[in-house]
Amino acid sequence: MMSRTDFGPPNYKDMLPPVIEKNYGQWKYHERVKPGVLKHVAESGDELYTVRVGSGRLVSTDWIRDVSQIADTYCGGYLRFTSRHNLEFLVSDKEQVEPLIDHLKEQGYLVGGTGYAISNPVHTQGWIHCHTPATDASGVVKAVMDDLSEYFTDWKLPAYCRISLACCLNMCGAVHCSDIAILGIHRKPPVVNHETVRAKCEIPNVIAACPTGAIRPDPKEKSLTVNEEKCMYCGNCYTMCPGMPLADPIGDGVSIWVGGKISSARTPPKFSRLAIPFLPNNPPRWPEVTDAVRNIVETWASHARKHERMGEWIERVGWEKFFELTGIPFTVQLIDDFTLAPETFRSTPTFKW
Amino acid sequence: MAEDSKTPLLDQLEDGPWPSFVTEMKRAAEKKDAAKDLLGQLERSYNDKIGHWKHGGIVGVRGYGGGVIGRYSDLPEEFPAVAEFHTFRVNMPAGWFYTTDKLRQLCDVWDKHGSGLTNMHGATGDIILLGAPTDALQPCFDDLAEIGFDLGGSGSDMRTPSACVGPARCEYACFDTLDLLHEVTLEFQDELHRPMFPYKSKIKISGCPNDCVASVARSDFSVIGTWKDEIRIDPDEVANYATNGMDIQAEVVDMCPTGCMKWDAEGKTLTIDNANCNRCMHCINLMSKALRPGKEKGATILCGGKAPIVHGALMSWVIIPFMKMEPPYDEFKEFVQKAWEWWDENGKMRERLGELINRLGMRAFLKAVDLPPVPQMIRVPRANPYYFWDPEEVK
Repeated sequence: MMSRTDFGPPNYKDMLPPVIEKNYGQWKYHERVKPGVLKHVAESGDELYTVRVGSGRLVSTDWIRDVSQIADTYCGGYLRFTSRHNLEFLVSDKEQVEPLIDHLKEQGYLVGGTGYAISNPVHTQGWIHCHTPATDASGVVKAVMDDLSEYFTDWKLPAYCRISLACCLNMCGAVHCSDIAILGIHRKPPVVNHETVRAKCEIPNVIAACPTGAIRPDPKEKSLTVNEEKCMYCGNCYTMCPGMPLADPIGDGVSIWVGGKISSARTPPKFSRLAIPFLPNNPPRWPEVTDAVRNIVETWASHARKHERMGEWIERVGWEKFFELTGIPFTVQLIDDFTLAPETFRSTPTFKW
Repeated sequence: MAEDSKTPLLDQLEDGPWPSFVTEMKRAAEKKDAAKDLLGQLERSYNDKIGHWKHGGIVGVRGYGGGVIGRYSDLPEEFPAVAEFHTFRVNMPAGWFYTTDKLRQLCDVWDKHGSGLTNMHGATGDIILLGAPTDALQPCFDDLAEIGFDLGGSGSDMRTPSACVGPARCEYACFDTLDLLHEVTLEFQDELHRPMFPYKSKIKISGCPNDCVASVARSDFSVIGTWKDEIRIDPDEVANYATNGMDIQAEVVDMCPTGCMKWDAEGKTLTIDNANCNRCMHCINLMSKALRPGKEKGATILCGGKAPIVHGALMSWVIIPFMKMEPPYDEFKEFVQKAWEWWDENGKMRERLGELINRLGMRAFLKAVDLPPVPQMIRVPRANPYYFWDPEEVK
């Protein structure tokens, strides 16, 4: 029997709670009631309360059944997820909001992630399910958020703070415009396995995949050779060719990037910039990473003005002040030497001591 | 934990307030050997500080070139239940809204065929069903189809498009993001399911410049809602914000990037010079009861966003400053098709649209999609004297 194909996703219109169906496109305003709770009011006067909880993203079918049960009890059998993998309970009966929150807290769910908080970190698969990772994803995020959960459940920050993690430069999570990006990196060039290259790889494609032109043909071996001085360990050759592995327990680890944003509010979107070029993989709790992230969050929180995102604060005070205030050592890796490097150099003596 | 625990490192990640993925894996492991072996292999990675998945592997279901990611353990003898542990990307409903009945159907299918582990959701937006052996793929897909779930994208195809919550629950939405998403996804089913492009291609849809789906950072086609007319003001509500303690001068007016607002503290009156507003959303974000986007709404279309691989990260660039966004969205669909044709013809293998525009020049792209140059496309004009003339223009 030929399978049915190309019928597309379930129609969202069949998934909307009645209060949304009725007031679709007719919302008038919203209020942030308290951390984790939003109130949307429609032109009709109808109210919709959203209760947001954090999710580890990697969940069992039993977890999905658990939260479905809760949504059946309090939300008429509807729920949704956010673009940052939070879970949202949509409550149309105001009287159900507090009982729902009590129940969620009793069951160990973390209510929060709205307003000036650290929302759920977007992250990738890591060692759990990826073939090119330089670090784990779920484990690092769990460790970081265990440490910072107070910033998820409370409003203690000057503005939004978006933390994201990608376990290699492929960046399935597109983390490069986050207030704090945690990025897995390699530090050793690929070790060429000639036999695998010969058997499994399209040599011209591997050469073309190198952004620094470090890979050349090796005619003698009918394989490839890497100019190690030119290699920046991006791992793209390995993505193209299993004969170029570069994962290594000592070489691999985590880099920290800061000051990016997506929203155009006040200032245009910004790339995150490198702040810490390397921290070791230290499972299961990555203490060097959790310390570094907390330091950056708290330095920003104690110096920024109200509504000022990490990158806006850093641009106002200057990067030299950022390094002074955070105590993060400035190393040569922080100075760009890829294609657009000169745009990042300073051409004025008006800097701060 | 008992002394004989096989996962002493992972066990430590069951402590602490944040939801524990290890606990979830253990719950699945009670029913499924695959989840049990996944835990074992992950513990091994925590010891070795290295991943234990083999490189790639092509698997799939009949009729599709994408949607399933092949994954094989490099320790199949130690962890036989994850020797084959492939992933389904399942196309989510727009806005990630679900009925609990639909979710339970999905859980039943996945418990029948797979590991019982999922990501709700993957970064691109799909439901990720994590781990099934090769011979379970087709039956699993057939059962998914039975309950109305189709696959998402993978490889060099259009990846599963996604959109913010939009008019379902947001007063900022400048067009119907969910309807556009659903329409575009249905229109481009072939492009979604059968990889035939130089590389991946992403469409992400946000209803306003807050860009809640991060379209500008990662999508070849970023659709971001905006408006052309005046911000709607409710003067009484503005005054209420001031009365309730908001420092409108400091928090709103002084932080406006264009300086287009004036605050009369005595009269509690806010005036906006709309001709000089760049619609950044700051004031509206702070005073959603008092200020709203205008009525002449649509979207800005930006192109070229991507993560670093291969030649560095790019943020999308303004290509069409304003497009009306109304069903059946023909203007948008035709624009995407034209851009894809040019990219398909000129792009090198693994070259994203933004990289191709960079390599061949914005000039070539604008010609290909037949759009005029306008100053909204740039931050500043060029500062170098190296530019082209078409010989036709020099006569």
